[in-house]
Amino acid sequence: MGRYVARRLLQMIPVFIGTTLLIFLMVNVLPGDPVAALWGDKPPDPAQVAQIKHDRGLDLPLWQQYLHYMWGLLQGDFGNTIAGNRPILDEITAALPVSARLAAMAWTFELVVGIALGVIAGIRRGRIIDNSVTLFTLLVISVPIFVFGLLFQLLFGNQLGWVTPTVQNSEDMAQLLMPALVLGLVGLAYVARLTRTSIAENIKADYMRTAVAKGLPRRRIVSRHLLRNSLIPVVTYLGTDIGTLMGGAVVTEGIFNVTGVGNLLFQALARREGAVIVGIVTVMVLVYLLASLLVDLLYAVLDPRIRYA
Amino acid sequence: MPDLTKTETADAPDQAAEVTAAEPRNGAGAVGKPRSLWGDAWRDLRRRPLFIIGSLLIVLMLVVAAWPGLFTSADPGSGDLANHFLQSPNLTHFFQPDWFGYDGQGRSIYARVVYGTRNSLLVGFGVTITITLFGGLMGMLAGYFGGFWDSLISRLTDVFFGIPFLLGAMVVLNSVDQITVPVVIGALAFLGWTQITRVMRGAVITNKHADYVTAARALGAGTKRILLKHILPNAMAPVIVIATIALGTYIVAESTLAYLGLGLNGISWGSDINDATQNIRNNPHVLFFPAGMLSLTVLAFIMLGDAVREALDPKLR
Repeated sequence: MGRYVARRLLQMIPVFIGTTLLIFLMVNVLPGDPVAALWGDKPPDPAQVAQIKHDRGLDLPLWQQYLHYMWGLLQGDFGNTIAGNRPILDEITAALPVSARLAAMAWTFELVVGIALGVIAGIRRGRIIDNSVTLFTLLVISVPIFVFGLLFQLLFGNQLGWVTPTVQNSEDMAQLLMPALVLGLVGLAYVARLTRTSIAENIKADYMRTAVAKGLPRRRIVSRHLLRNSLIPVVTYLGTDIGTLMGGAVVTEGIFNVTGVGNLLFQALARREGAVIVGIVTVMVLVYLLASLLVDLLYAVLDPRIRYA
Repeated sequence: MPDLTKTETADAPDQAAEVTAAEPRNGAGAVGKPRSLWGDAWRDLRRRPLFIIGSLLIVLMLVVAAWPGLFTSADPGSGDLANHFLQSPNLTHFFQPDWFGYDGQGRSIYARVVYGTRNSLLVGFGVTITITLFGGLMGMLAGYFGGFWDSLISRLTDVFFGIPFLLGAMVVLNSVDQITVPVVIGALAFLGWTQITRVMRGAVITNKHADYVTAARALGAGTKRILLKHILPNAMAPVIVIATIALGTYIVAESTLAYLGLGLNGISWGSDINDATQNIRNNPHVLFFPAGMLSLTVLAFIMLGDAVREALDPKLR
């Protein structure tokens, strides 16, 4: 077990380097000059542009820039923003807790409601409740998330007045409830679908018949035998979704005015602050890699036949 | 005859390979008609309402995309400001320019929905075909050859998986001057091919050690023949299911990017939805129709994918 974790952690290094390199290249190779953008629509002064670029090391060859960046990263230095010259790490650490809280709420919502709906639908396959759950999940997946966001905002915020249309204080859990619901909606549908398919496949398995024949109570059969065996694909999805929820909240955060990572990303894109984008992706990649390691370890808990030597 | 059906399903890989093989084998075909995995699935699919509704919708959308002029005489680009945000007078004005009402510039929403179909579908099909070909090839190489190639391709897919999809697409599209259909297809395919690679790799590994592959090799079949004629037809099933559903989600992705201000130049559902969101509080009807058409199309693809998945999965029979 310890050796397995160590090996996995070592395997993460090339992936981490690869992903940061890829996003670094994407941000830097593509056209668009963040320094010239400081002048807005006015023609920039070439001498000043050259000076700023020289100070920031932006005139070096790309591979040297990347090495500089990675070397700084190892020491916990994410660099400074071009506009304002603030440490990028401070901006990320200010936005991250908000996004993490939002993502955690959305994730819990996916987990609890998604699995519950999936189990109910899977056990009663072909009945009305199954068809309604299937229809609901299909609808949620096929309607773009921003349409839901805008409609919920219009309905519950502007017309019914149950919640404030936009989030006034991103620290307030109660205000984050609505954005979290919207953010978790698509994942919820996928979790429900995965659980349903998995349950429907396993419900005919031999061990289920054995469990029934042993006279076990129904609750125990469903929770200990059926669910535990059916959860592996669901756990895989939920694990990889943590990263998506934290990094992919650009739309939801924009609609509900949540000042999280998505918001920061959107501003960085508009100002072409490549270093901020790379920094955020770096954090997201770490979250993603650790989450997938956790998922693999959870497999062994769910299915004792899976062992990590 | 439940037992007989079972044997046939179990034998399916060999027969699927035979059906696709160039030379006809009369010996095998003479003993009743053997049904392949796909033949079985087809018999099952023809009776599924999800499959029928989904395919009919898709065919209809394809016709609209190919010949939009057949469905409306109005010009999607010309607007009359007298019709500014005019709602539909009557929802039974079928195929009339005012069927769905008018947008902020007085353009017919119905005509825009009809003419927007082409770009949205082009993006969906373009991305899906690209990632299925490229991602499928990568997955086949990784799964079949294993070893070095497998490690290389698997790590590469890990690298791409680490980048949040929407974020990556935003970075690419944000730096382009003209967001055209090929650019959107390129950006989405660049970030999305790994999804197919993973599925294909898994499917090829499962099939690689099957008896029918050993048999083909014993008969002297080369690597190319084994891969294309034997393994590919049997590993295709999960890939087709994933690709069908992915097609819908890429159409959604295009509209989400449009909502973020990175939409196609030209008419598409995504850019119309984006325009509509500016005035959603007072004029929700402008949002409703393009969003509804988009959702209907995506729904059709997901229903189709679901139906095919259930028909191909023997465990769900």
